[in-house]
Amino acid sequence: MAVADSHDTHDDHHDLHDHGEFIAHHFDSAEQQFDSGKLGIWLFLVTEVLFFSGLFVAYSLYRTNNPVVFEQAHVFLNKYLGGLNTIVLLFSSLTMALGVRSAQLGRNKNCSIYILITMVCATMFLGVKAVEYSHKWDMGILVRSAFDLTYTHPVPTTEIGKSLHISDYLVYLCVIPALLIAGFVVASVISKLINKNMLAKFMMAMAITVGGYFLGVGIGVIFMNATEGETGSSHASAIAEQPLRLLASTQDDHSADDHNKAAGDSKHDGEHAHNEEHFGAHAANGGEASFDAHHPDPSKLDRDIGIFFSIYYCMTGLHAIHIIAGIIALGWLYWRSLLGHWRTDYFGPVDYVGLYWHLVDLIWIYLFPLLYLID
Amino acid sequence: MSEHHDDLPGFCHPVSTKLLFGVFFGLIGLTILTVATSALGSALGMPPAFAFPLAMVIATMKAFLVCAFFMHMYWDKSFNVLAFLSSLLFVTLFIGMTMMDTGENQHTIEAFDINNLANVEVSE
Repeated sequence: MAVADSHDTHDDHHDLHDHGEFIAHHFDSAEQQFDSGKLGIWLFLVTEVLFFSGLFVAYSLYRTNNPVVFEQAHVFLNKYLGGLNTIVLLFSSLTMALGVRSAQLGRNKNCSIYILITMVCATMFLGVKAVEYSHKWDMGILVRSAFDLTYTHPVPTTEIGKSLHISDYLVYLCVIPALLIAGFVVASVISKLINKNMLAKFMMAMAITVGGYFLGVGIGVIFMNATEGETGSSHASAIAEQPLRLLASTQDDHSADDHNKAAGDSKHDGEHAHNEEHFGAHAANGGEASFDAHHPDPSKLDRDIGIFFSIYYCMTGLHAIHIIAGIIALGWLYWRSLLGHWRTDYFGPVDYVGLYWHLVDLIWIYLFPLLYLID
Repeated sequence: MSEHHDDLPGFCHPVSTKLLFGVFFGLIGLTILTVATSALGSALGMPPAFAFPLAMVIATMKAFLVCAFFMHMYWDKSFNVLAFLSSLLFVTLFIGMTMMDTGENQHTIEAFDINNLANVEVSE
């Protein structure tokens, strides 16, 4: 086995049980340790499911109470970008499963490669998400209390934004990943200089991982521009951004301002008045009869449309936090793969993180149709 | 299928790469299917009421594939499977109970027209 012998010095008190290197002394056997860990991670996943279930309850409740809001709001989500992210995440699940298999067979090098691919996919997912988020923030599509749909894309003010024709928000969202890449590359070079070759390799792999974020941003921007640029009316219903372009060129700013002002004023009305207005709007809309989903006119949008985006940001944001936590856990696995820790009777950590990673994928499998594919 | 290596310990069940790739392509196929039915469903004459249940059925099929094979549930101890599935039971309970209770939400109460109560009862 590829396990380093240098660790065996602290293993003296295990002699009685023929314990492996990583078998904790309170376990009888590798199998008992593995089964205990596995039960532990399953119970953790149970708490994760229940954690997310609160948001799914909020979703169900608001969708039942405000069906019009959900029908009107989903056109602002780009289902091609969502689909792309789904495929990226499914692929990362495949490489994770292959990584678990490699660990089970004690193939540490293969395991490290699969884990690296998984991490790159994870950051790619975040990159595409950053494109989606920044696009919405540009248009004032925010949570309910801050919702202020303008339909116009502000001209970028940052130098990078101007030269690449991307949103300022996207530039800001790229600052931390850019700093991380720089930090990891520097750390890798320093490690190399002081002859810590494995650490240098690890730091370089982390830099590549964060590089996946920029790959995601690049692909996301290309996808976004491609779907926005399409003019074929046959696809109009599926393209969220297309109507916005049309409106941006045809609508004068005053009417949009007036609408926003009116919406702002009505926020101060009493709750009772709000409810009457709300129900009135529902009745007048009669489902979607008077609402043209292809060209949403801001004055015809339900004034509570921001509710959808409150839920959208909560659910996808919490999911993104889980992705980030997963990347950190995967980084730890990558390091241990480099150290050659996995063997046929010790692969638990890979299996456990793998289960967590698949759960994150599982949640996205439900989020995607619930948020992007409302029709 | 799980590969059988004589030299592996009993708790080690590597899943064959063939099966993993098969599951992956199945998942991709279902993803394309769900986007296609969402984009073209109404054009093909599918009633709008079917769209949501169909999307959820496809998502659940995907979830099943991920759980059973990527998460090794098929080969796992039944207690672990039971623990995980019990969480889904609670999710169903939470959503179900909340949905049953929506009639008691404040705006529903305020929108309720007491003057039409008699008419409603007559028409029932």
